[in-house]
Amino acid sequence: MSANAPSGREIARRVFAREFNDATYAFKESEDELAPNYTLLPTGERANRVFFVGTITETEDVGSDSEYWQGRVVDPTGPFYVYAGQYQPEAANTLRDIEPPAYVAVVGKPRTYETDEGGMNVAIRPESITIVDRATRDHWVVETAERTIDRLEAFDPDMNEYARMANAEYELSIDTYRQETIAALESLQENDETAEAADL
Amino acid sequence: MTDVRQPAEDIHDQFAEHVDITVEDIADRLDTLVNQYQVPIDEARRSLVNNYRDQAGIDRDSPSGTNEQRDIVTIDAPDEWVDLTAKVVDLWEPRSDSIGQVGLLGDETGTIKFTAWAKSDLPALEEEAVYQLGNVVTDEYQGRYSVKLNRTTTIEELDQEIEVGDNTVECDGALVDIQNGSGLIKRCPEEDCTRVLQNGRCSEHGEGEGEFDLRVKGVLDDGHKVHEVIFNQEMTEQLAEISLEEAKEMAMDALDTTVVADTIRDMTLGYYYQVEGPVLGRYVLVETFEQRSERGDAEAALIRARSI
Repeated sequence: MSANAPSGREIARRVFAREFNDATYAFKESEDELAPNYTLLPTGERANRVFFVGTITETEDVGSDSEYWQGRVVDPTGPFYVYAGQYQPEAANTLRDIEPPAYVAVVGKPRTYETDEGGMNVAIRPESITIVDRATRDHWVVETAERTIDRLEAFDPDMNEYARMANAEYELSIDTYRQETIAALESLQENDETAEAADL
Repeated sequence: MTDVRQPAEDIHDQFAEHVDITVEDIADRLDTLVNQYQVPIDEARRSLVNNYRDQAGIDRDSPSGTNEQRDIVTIDAPDEWVDLTAKVVDLWEPRSDSIGQVGLLGDETGTIKFTAWAKSDLPALEEEAVYQLGNVVTDEYQGRYSVKLNRTTTIEELDQEIEVGDNTVECDGALVDIQNGSGLIKRCPEEDCTRVLQNGRCSEHGEGEGEFDLRVKGVLDDGHKVHEVIFNQEMTEQLAEISLEEAKEMAMDALDTTVVADTIRDMTLGYYYQVEGPVLGRYVLVETFEQRSERGDAEAALIRARSI
């Protein structure tokens, strides 16, 4: 459906926080040790990399021996959790220095891990975190809505192996993500109206 | 089950004049290979084509019939036999004795590298001349396409002029990565050598002073496709609002050139850009760009989402 670069670089998927945090199933497509890891998006696509833009609201050093920074980045549907330690020095520096709230763009890899309570959580291991502006954030919201709708429209378990996999692995109806997408788009329009009212 | 009817008809069309076969024969043989012996369809087709070629006594290197006359920009697969009308844009020094000529061909739609093997013993192409080239084979290496002239290639000089196009493409997306080799770099100062120095060394000319240059090798990603793009000095200066002189001072103050790439990253990563420029290999060479601050049509997206 979509193509990587000739270099084989993985596409950065666009996904809202709500759907991303539900993407607890990870898999590989070959036995090879170096084969890429994929997270299965509930709307029926594999994701090895994601790109999102949101508001960073909190940062905290949650490491015990060495610094390990947690960042909470919020989009219209919920929070993304970003973790960076000594192996992501640039991202860790950014999280240490940044003063929330700020608009940030994050490129990173999905990671699933088991919580102490035995549940599964999904977080991001960032490749980069940079400060951007409001226009870029709004651009991302519309783009991510469009990409999510693309996936929902292509969600056919008979034709699409990742839709089939999502049906088998996840219980929640995909209509949840359609509703979240509609709510995200509506939140943009409400903000526009508030801004217009403020201008008057 | 793989449907073999269409490939069978294609093969039939190719050999019907030379070999007494029916579409059904071909389809049966394809069916056996593909559906009984699990041979991939391309492999099965190839095997049959070779077989019929031998029967027909046709030289393996030159398929029968006439090829498709193609525009250069449409060449997007290896191992196709095509005809081109093209101008010789550039001739390069062959790097091996096995190569007779190597250079660049162009038509209105773009340019493509060509290689003529020495053993093919073809007449030499002249720079700036326009030719009708029959029976050339497409090839691919690391995502770049080229054409090979071979001993069956026909060359006819044409008395016409071609305005050569430049493979210009437009692409957009978020800038998701700035790769190594970006920022303040040094190039080899030797004439006609623009190689980037690695640890002060040129891979061809060895240790040298080097001349400073500014560039960005970046990755634009729109969620569907990934494009690798190069911003040259002028474009980088506009992109990151930093001049080459400022970049040099910055590096001098920090006693480190990587500070320049870091600054560029901070300024640009995560923003959306639309770029335009010619394709060179796997890169788009940015000639114009603009930052995209207008968001997409939220109303249209809402209508789509509500109608699923």
